[in-house]
Amino acid sequence: MIPAIVVFIYLASVLYIGIFAFRKAKSKKEAEDYFLASRSLGPFVFLFSLFGTNMTAFAILGSSGHAFQNGIVTFGLMASSSGLVIPLTIFFIGTRVWALGKKHGFMTPVQMFRDRWDCSHIGTVIFVVQSVLLVPYIIIGIMGGGTTLNVISGGFVPYWFGGAIVALVVMGYVFFGGMRGTAWVNTFQTILFLSFGALAIIVIGTGMGGFKSAVNAMLASPALAPLLTRERISPYYFFSYTFIPLSAIAFPHILIFCLTAEKMKHFQKTVIFYPLCILAIWLPCVFLGVMANRVSDVPQIRAKQEARRVLATQGRTMPPEARDELREESAGDDVIMLLLQRYAPLWLAGVLGAGIMAAVMASDSQILALSTMFTEDVFAFYGHKKRFGERVQVQTGRIFIVLITIFAYAVALRAPETIFELAIQYAFSGFAALSPLLVAALFWKGSTKWGALAATLWSAAAVVAIAVFQHIVPAPAPGPSIVFGKIGGWEVLSRTPGGTAIFGFMPVVPMVIISALLMWTVSLVTQKPDRATIAKYF
Amino acid sequence: MKRILLVVAVALLYFLHQDIWFWRTAHPLVFGFIPIGLFYQGCFSIAASLLMWLLVKQAWPVHLEQEMEQRESEEDAKH
Repeated sequence: MIPAIVVFIYLASVLYIGIFAFRKAKSKKEAEDYFLASRSLGPFVFLFSLFGTNMTAFAILGSSGHAFQNGIVTFGLMASSSGLVIPLTIFFIGTRVWALGKKHGFMTPVQMFRDRWDCSHIGTVIFVVQSVLLVPYIIIGIMGGGTTLNVISGGFVPYWFGGAIVALVVMGYVFFGGMRGTAWVNTFQTILFLSFGALAIIVIGTGMGGFKSAVNAMLASPALAPLLTRERISPYYFFSYTFIPLSAIAFPHILIFCLTAEKMKHFQKTVIFYPLCILAIWLPCVFLGVMANRVSDVPQIRAKQEARRVLATQGRTMPPEARDELREESAGDDVIMLLLQRYAPLWLAGVLGAGIMAAVMASDSQILALSTMFTEDVFAFYGHKKRFGERVQVQTGRIFIVLITIFAYAVALRAPETIFELAIQYAFSGFAALSPLLVAALFWKGSTKWGALAATLWSAAAVVAIAVFQHIVPAPAPGPSIVFGKIGGWEVLSRTPGGTAIFGFMPVVPMVIISALLMWTVSLVTQKPDRATIAKYF
Repeated sequence: MKRILLVVAVALLYFLHQDIWFWRTAHPLVFGFIPIGLFYQGCFSIAASLLMWLLVKQAWPVHLEQEMEQRESEEDAKH
């Protein structure tokens, strides 16, 4: 119970920072102040809040859980590739969007697209697709909050109640503090979860009696040794993952965050330190997730290992529902918390639990981004800002925050997928496929609104198609995939235990490539915006 | 020329991410317990940071920064 109390103290601190500590006098531009903190964030807050907002439950719980199941490959798949691709996109795209936002007063990506391509309703289509894809991300935060509080309290706080508390706290400081409150809370949280990794590895390593014997024992076990290499993962699959971080800059909350920097030079430290921050948080979590496979005196971890063993040996003869149940039992999203419970003193487990909560609660900026988008791209765009004024616009944004949080919480209670799968399969791939829109808008004079529409509709349709396909064809047991068609030895479409593969690659690869091709070909044959519009950008 | 070299540096690092040479082995264990594949990818993250430092030094979009500073000083002068 002590760790849970420490976490509750942390939640109260976060609420205080978000609501009270950084409220400022109202500026003339009320909406810009609430939604973008008056574009005034300094270098330190900008770096930590931008990084923090991109690190979700996924960074600690998802990474260690994935590593528990798949081994060291997790770091190369998601962390190091993100450490290269995300700073590159912030460098090339984020800085330009910041400058355009400052110049033309944009507050959302859709505002820029509408202006850049002289379009109105196509912008609304992009808004709808972005919003629908962003909601799963918010759900991840609430699910992570429920899981974390449940495990940290030793089951005393039920999942539904933990999720509700996290949702309420996040909603509270976003509602009152807007972007300024969110940015400062994110900064506080980032510092906390960056210290988490080093502390956790020292505490758990000491508790386990060092890692050398655990690693050697794993190497000696035929079932566990592959977790220390990447032999179970195809290089095509590994390569595919480098496309996933393209989603970061296409996420509206990241792009909107790019607009909050006071000066462009604040981006410099952000892009340089971003890979190091990823290293600091992911490396310990991945390593500890792998090491959890050697823990035999934690009943919950043993139950997961047993479920995995049964799935591997008897999975093929089981009905899909039984396989799904075993998959859920073997999921490792809570292994790092179980390790802390086992090896950390109670008070320290609480502090580290707060670190996990810090990562889990990154859904704040997504909620704020959705609210910003709704009030700017719909409310203001369709004339309501002129009619009712900025104050009503901000109040509308606040009501929207409440509604979207309630909706996300309701879905989180019913969602059966693990945190990691849910994030990857829907939101990340969809946003990665939308990234060609940004590249075309900023770097290609010849791009048109019709090209943008084609790429957007394709991205949405592809996400729906994958979801339907995976729903119709249940995941097979670990081992060979279910293959649909072969061309020259290549498997055209296959249902793998972890998802879907197209010619051996994750769906994100064809999704991004086809999206870019559609943007290009459709733009070539459709009418360009007028010269005056293009001159504003090039 | 400078631009080409920077593009090559980015492409090279992207290629180096796909370290098939450490695919099927955990050895050598760095510090006696870190599998080489994990250690390599950790070093890759540090290399990514160095690359970003190089880009900031050599390819920073100064023109955008100057344009914004000029606009700000003009706006200040108006007020």
